Amino acid sequence: MAIFGRLLDRRTKDHIQKSVTQALGTKRSGRSGILDTLLRYIIIALLFISLIILAVLIIDIAIDGFDVLSSRLGSFLSGTLRSRSVDEGIGIQQGLVGSFWIAVFVAVFAFPIGIAAAIYLEEYAPKNRLTKFIELNIRNLAGVPSVVYGLLGLFIFVKGFDVFLLRNFKSLVGGSSLAAAGLTLSILVLPIVIITAQEALKTIPSIIKEGAYGVGATKWQVIRGQVLPYAAPGILTGTLLSMSRAIGEAAPLILLGAVTGRLGLKAGLFDFYQLQERFTAMPIIITNWTQKQGRDIGFGENAAAAIVVLLFFVLLINATAILLRNYFEKKRA
Amino acid sequence: MTTLEVKPSNDLSVDLTGKQSRRRKELFVHIVLAAAGAVSLIISILIIWSLLKEAWTFIFNVEWANVWSIGWFPRRGFYDVKTLIVATFITTGIAMAIATPLGLGAAIYLSEYASKRFRAIVKPILEILAGVPSVVIGFFALSWVAPQIVSRIGGSDGGSLMAAGIGVGILTIPLVASISEDSMRADPDSLREASSGLGARKRHTIFSVIIPASISGLVASFIVATSRAIGETMVVFLAGGAADTAIFTSSAYDGSLTMTAAMASLSSGTDSVVGEGLTFQSLFFVGLILFALTLVLNMIATRFVNKVRERY
Repeated sequence: MAIFGRLLDRRTKDHIQKSVTQALGTKRSGRSGILDTLLRYIIIALLFISLIILAVLIIDIAIDGFDVLSSRLGSFLSGTLRSRSVDEGIGIQQGLVGSFWIAVFVAVFAFPIGIAAAIYLEEYAPKNRLTKFIELNIRNLAGVPSVVYGLLGLFIFVKGFDVFLLRNFKSLVGGSSLAAAGLTLSILVLPIVIITAQEALKTIPSIIKEGAYGVGATKWQVIRGQVLPYAAPGILTGTLLSMSRAIGEAAPLILLGAVTGRLGLKAGLFDFYQLQERFTAMPIIITNWTQKQGRDIGFGENAAAAIVVLLFFVLLINATAILLRNYFEKKRA
Repeated sequence: MTTLEVKPSNDLSVDLTGKQSRRRKELFVHIVLAAAGAVSLIISILIIWSLLKEAWTFIFNVEWANVWSIGWFPRRGFYDVKTLIVATFITTGIAMAIATPLGLGAAIYLSEYASKRFRAIVKPILEILAGVPSVVIGFFALSWVAPQIVSRIGGSDGGSLMAAGIGVGILTIPLVASISEDSMRADPDSLREASSGLGARKRHTIFSVIIPASISGLVASFIVATSRAIGETMVVFLAGGAADTAIFTSSAYDGSLTMTAAMASLSSGTDSVVGEGLTFQSLFFVGLILFALTLVLNMIATRFVNKVRERY
């Protein structure tokens, strides 16, 4: 400002000021301002339509499922698949157990392998064509439709085709079984685990690593002692999101032959023998009851109630992941 | 990635390579991690191999007149792929017609207008919508969208391609919104400031500066969402209005089977995929088409995303 004061004489300054206010004055009035406001409202409206859809979805399902959940929550959670909706014993216990085990499989197989692969790609892999190809490949795998993973599971686990060393997989998992479902969904979420873990590993400042190397740590010691603890919240967020994805996924399970009609088996939560048996899961029960509501309207209510239970778990996991991420983003910013 | 490499040399009195056990452990860890890195390659090979092997059998044994006929009746030997592809394009088209404006609108608002506080509330809500499983949207499409929306615009109150398409659209809104928003926020603020400094209004800044600058990301979001819509199974399976079989139709108000819905309905209901002759193989043939289509779309999208990364 001081410079302007010295460079411009008073008359020039007044002249500039006048022309600027004139220009602004003519532009601010009239059509142009209205169009701007209109655009703003249109964009707000588009955003709010999305939010309204979400609200309608949740309210509609909550209303549909309210009767079942309020009148017989206990027997609904402990009941089993039935062929008629008026049956007293109808419930989702088998689906809850199935989905629980699928989550266990994802935690046991997809998480360690995915995180290890991410560490390899970020910290060890040489920057060459092969690494680039592997990364591109993982990104493409993440975009493969879930039914195709179902075909893969069907091919390897259920039909037991000879796949070089894997020919015994069918007898190991017991064909169309809970173990086959867990493994297939682990394969499905593996690329997501790898990508999110990689993103988390990228955030570590190099000073931290250099400091650890400087005091004589080996590569693995640096990773275990510095890199992993620093990236842990980000990795955890990614694993939680992939777990909720696996719990809600239905298409691959249908391909694998999940039981939709009657499942004789009613195993407890920790009965290991059920891993080799026929199975069902929450999304499969919902699918099946939704299809049956055309013939037997009572199934619609039960499907909505099952959705409320599934959404409770899925949204709980997602909300935890999102809050966790926001908390650490804020803390580190 | 700073690695410290110290070679043993005769000049030093101490051997800096460390204890042998320590080096052995490092090597072991390296091998284990590399093996985990290779798992993704094995999965890809297995997917392609399983699809090709069964699809090959189908291609060489099927009567091709039945692959281009009146409809999809796999258990009777009629595998009209055209029925499935047209139905897939119809649902995908409807879905994108819904998801593109809504998702883009949400992205523009969050990136260009919203206050920090508003954004902090609305962004997680959109992420919640992204986390809703597709079976749930399928149920919603069949039990709310069909009777409340589709029946009012001339369709039936049961399942139809229109209801399924709207459902898939709802499912892909958050995807379009998040990728578009990311790419618009990647535009440096200096662009916005320069534009305002020249006296441009907000709408000119958005349409003449921000959107052209982030066009690669916006195109990528559209393509990724399209690929997701093509591969979406549960919504079209539940709300598509056809079970097991479908006659060729090009009307969105009819029920029909998309590629994914055909695969799902072929394997549900019975103990396993059974049927006359090539039914099982037809599953993998359709799967191969679906895989190829989505793969090509995803590769194109990756190209566009990389363009954004290169620029800023």
